[in-house]
Amino acid sequence: MSVALQAQATSAPAIEVADLRKRYGTGDTAVDALKGVDLTVQPGEVIGLIGPSGSGKSTLLKCLGAVTEPSAGRIALSGETVYDGGWQNLDPRALRRDRIGFVFQAPYLIPFLDVTDNVALPLLLAGRSRREARRRARELLAALDVAHRAQAAVAQLSGGEQQRVAIARALANQPPIILADEPTAPLDSERALAVVRILNRMAQQYQTAIIVVTHDEKIIPTFKRLYHIRDGRTYEEAGEGRDFD
Amino acid sequence: MISLAGRDILHSWGKYAFTGLGLGLLIGVTLSMAGIYRGMVDDGKALLTNSGADLWVVQQDTLGPYAEPSSLRDDVYRGLLGLPGVLRAANATYLTMQVQRAGQDTRVMVVGIQPGEPGEPRYLIAGRPLERAHYEAVADVNTGFQLGERIRIRRHDYQVVGLTRRMVSASGDPMVFVPLRDAQEAQFLKDNDAIVNERARVLTNPALNRPGAPGLAEAISRSQESSRMVNAVLVQVAPGWDAEEVAQTIRRWKRLQAYTRPQMEEILIAKLIATSARQIGVFLVILAVVSAAIVSFIIYTMTLGKLREIAVLKLIGARNRTIAGMILQEALGLGLIGFLVGKTVATLWAPHFPKYVLLEPGDAARGFVAVMLICALASTLAIRTALRVDPATAIGG
Repeated sequence: MSVALQAQATSAPAIEVADLRKRYGTGDTAVDALKGVDLTVQPGEVIGLIGPSGSGKSTLLKCLGAVTEPSAGRIALSGETVYDGGWQNLDPRALRRDRIGFVFQAPYLIPFLDVTDNVALPLLLAGRSRREARRRARELLAALDVAHRAQAAVAQLSGGEQQRVAIARALANQPPIILADEPTAPLDSERALAVVRILNRMAQQYQTAIIVVTHDEKIIPTFKRLYHIRDGRTYEEAGEGRDFD
Repeated sequence: MISLAGRDILHSWGKYAFTGLGLGLLIGVTLSMAGIYRGMVDDGKALLTNSGADLWVVQQDTLGPYAEPSSLRDDVYRGLLGLPGVLRAANATYLTMQVQRAGQDTRVMVVGIQPGEPGEPRYLIAGRPLERAHYEAVADVNTGFQLGERIRIRRHDYQVVGLTRRMVSASGDPMVFVPLRDAQEAQFLKDNDAIVNERARVLTNPALNRPGAPGLAEAISRSQESSRMVNAVLVQVAPGWDAEEVAQTIRRWKRLQAYTRPQMEEILIAKLIATSARQIGVFLVILAVVSAAIVSFIIYTMTLGKLREIAVLKLIGARNRTIAGMILQEALGLGLIGFLVGKTVATLWAPHFPKYVLLEPGDAARGFVAVMLICALASTLAIRTALRVDPATAIGG
C-alpha cells in the first residue's frame, strides 16, 4: 500500500460507505441489521460510533472489516472501491491483512509470541522479511512508549501496555483505516483516556482513520465527530471534541 | 515467517514435554512389543545356529524336536553316519522342566548332548565345556546360575561348570546342557516305584510270564526300564554336499524325517511362534490406534485452547495453510518427542525383560514413519476445527 494509496489519501476519504445494507437470513425470518449506512472518515480522523446493543454496531464493524460480506451498498478505501454489491476482485483476507487494522476490547495478543513479534506478525503474514518486520515493530513500539518491553512476554505486560501493543499491531501494515471495537471497555477513566490519546496521536502521525465503537461515556466527549447507529441506520452529529489533556 | 508452532511449543514447553513423555512411554511399549517379536524370531534362529547342525533328523511325521515331541532310538545316528554326505551325527534330547536351585524352581530346557559333537554350545562366556560323563552342566547365563553352583535335575545334583549366552528354547526358556546319558535318564528313566509296579505288572501277565519261557518276563522288564531314546539326531553335512539332497536320502532310506535349516526356521517362526506373532501384531495395532486417539485428543484440546488466537490470526490475514501448518507442526513435534522418548525408554528397559528383546534399527525407522503418519492423521480433526473458526469471533457482538 503504500505510496500510491498514501498519495490518494491526501485527496480521498480514508473510508467512504454509502447505503450499506446487511440482511441475515431469508424470507420471513430475515433480519435487516444494516438498513443503509452512510459514513465517511478522513485520513487522520478519529470518529466515535455509538449506539445501543443490537443497533448494528458490530455488524457494521464486521462489514467494514471484510469479515462479513454486506448485502448491498458500497465501501471505498482511500478512494478505491473495494465493495460494490460484491468484493471488487479482492480477497477479503488480503484486504484485512494489508489495509485494515483491528483493535479489540481485550488486546488479544498472541501469548506465545513476544511483544515485538506480536507487532511484526501482520507484516510477516504479508510476506515481509523478518528483519524489516521487526524494525517496523520496534519503531511502532517506540512511538507508543513500550519500546522497553519489546522482548517481554505478553503475560508480563500490564493491561494498558498490552492495549498499546495491540494498537501497534494494528498500525503495523500502515493501514488507511483502523477499526477499534470498544478498546477502552475494561480500563479505568485515566487509562481509557490514555488509550484515546494514543489513538488520536497515531491517527495524526500515520494519517490513519480510526473508527472507535464504544459505549464508554468517559471517552465519548473526546470525539470531534460521532456517528449514532440506531435500527441499522447511522446519524452523524458533531462531537464535543473535548481536550482530554 | 516465524515458526508459530515452535513459539507455541516453547511457550508451553512444560505441558508439551510432559505430554510428549506420556506419548513416548506408549511408543516405548509399542517398540518393545515389536522388539519382543524380533527377539523371538532371533532366539529361534540363534537356537538353530548355535546347535551347529545342518539337518535335524526326527521321528517320522513329526515337527520335532522343538515344535512337537519326537522319539528316536539312540543308535539311529550310527546308521546316519554311513550315509553319503553325512560328516557328523550326534544324539540330542530336549526337555523343558523345572530345575531346583537353592530350594527354588527355575524353568529351563535341559538339553542332552554329546561333548564335542553337534548340539554343544558353540562358545562359553565363563568356565569350561562338559568334560566328565555325568553330573556336570553348562547353563545359559539367563538361568541366573553361577559357576560352581549345584543344581538338581530329577534325582541328581549337577555342578555348573560353564556359562553360555543366547541359548534359549523357542519359548524363551534358557538352556542347561548336560551329558546325553544324564539327560536321557532325566527324560525317559522311570522312578523306582514305577519300575517296581511295572515289574509286578509283567510278572502277573500270563502272556509275558509263561512257565515255558523262563527269563522272558525279566527281559521284558529290563527293556522297559532302559532309556535308549533321544529326541533328535543333529547332522552336519560334508563340505560340497547339498543339505536337501542328504535330507532326501535320510527320508527315503531311513524312514525318518529330516529337516534342513530353512525348513526348521519355517517350523520355528511360521508355526511355533505364529500365534504369538499374531498376538503381538494385534497388540501393535491396538497401541497404534490408542496412540492416534491420544495424539488426536491432545492436539484437539491444545487447539481448543487457542481458538481466540486462531480467530485473531485469521482476522489479521493469516492464511488457512499457516494455521493448519502450525497445528500439523505441533502434532509432528509431539510425535518426534514421543518417538525419541519411546526409543530411549525401550532401549533402557529392553535388557530387563525376561526374554530377549531385539530392537532393530529398521523397526525404529518404520516406527518413526508410522508415528509421524499417525500424528499427521491425528491432527486433522484439530485442523478442521481451527479452519472453521470464524474470524468474526475476535470482534465482539
